Amino acid sequence: MAHIAVTEGIPGIRSLVMFRPETGQHLYTLAQTLLRGESPLTSAERELIATHVSARNNCVFCMSSHAAAARELFKEENNIVNCVIVDVNSAPVSRKMKALLNIAGKVQINGKTVLPLDIEAARTAGANDRDIHDTVLIAATFCMFNRYVDGLASLTPTDPKAYEEMGKRMATIGYSLPKPVNS
Amino acid sequence: MAHINLPEGLPGIRGPMAFRPETAKHLNELAEVLLRSENSLSRGERELIATYVSYLNDCFFCQNAHGGIAQHYLQCDMSFIDQVKEDFQSSSISDKLKALLRIAGSVQKGGKQVTLDQIEKARSLGATDREIHDTVLIAASFCMFNRYVDGLATWAPLDRSIYVERGKRRAEEGYIDFDVYK
Repeated sequence: MAHIAVTEGIPGIRSLVMFRPETGQHLYTLAQTLLRGESPLTSAERELIATHVSARNNCVFCMSSHAAAARELFKEENNIVNCVIVDVNSAPVSRKMKALLNIAGKVQINGKTVLPLDIEAARTAGANDRDIHDTVLIAATFCMFNRYVDGLASLTPTDPKAYEEMGKRMATIGYSLPKPVNS
Repeated sequence: MAHINLPEGLPGIRGPMAFRPETAKHLNELAEVLLRSENSLSRGERELIATYVSYLNDCFFCQNAHGGIAQHYLQCDMSFIDQVKEDFQSSSISDKLKALLRIAGSVQKGGKQVTLDQIEKARSLGATDREIHDTVLIAASFCMFNRYVDGLATWAPLDRSIYVERGKRRAEEGYIDFDVYK
């Protein structure tokens, strides 16, 4: 049970933003801009960063839902997602993506652990300032979302089907604030 | 030097915000609602939570920027802010705020670190669901802001008195209607 009185049966962050839409609206527009807005990184790649950070933070709800969104977006290459969750280094992604995922993993620990050599490795592999900026901010943002979701002990579905549906919605509609339920 | 090419001379988060105004807009709107809008937790109390989490994350810019704002709202000196950061238990803040800072400290380590005991303790001291919610989200959002600021290796002035002066101005202007270049 969640630590606060949210609507029962609503999973994860949706229950929290329905409890407090004043903050929820900005969390959703931030997610939409970061993960779907204009960027040199594809939405699939950005969802992969979100999944990787959520896995490292051991946030099952965020990891499973963003992994499902990433699988939808990667289409026939969707095996990438599980490979990244298991081990970034052996995953079938580009050198640039590996370098960015490495930076995201360091942001997850603490911002200061990102070193000039990590940035250099990403640049050598073709990353520009915007790639690096977006990677750092997505990773930082999921350090927030993960703590929000788990810090209030929101509902984490255990049925993989539930996440498949979420993934489809996230891949097609994107992030829009859920309407409050009349109680 | 910052990890990416940011507009020069802008301290802390203002560099990345000038670099990418599209995301800055939502970050600032979130900060405004969380830290300044109508709430049963005072602005000073909310800024203290932000300061404490930024201290735990060792983010020099954020702990001083928000410490300066907290100092302004609470009309206290820097040594009081430092005492809250280093040992809030022995400080003169309310028992309820102490219970909320304990929750914030757990969130900083990881969401799952928040215990039922901590929640019950806060509630027994008068904390409402809204206050618990806002404490968790303030703590979580500073785990984001701190990583954004340090993950890009932004520049921060070392003279702590600068932040106290600046704190007054941020308290007056708020987080939305200000010029990031000034």
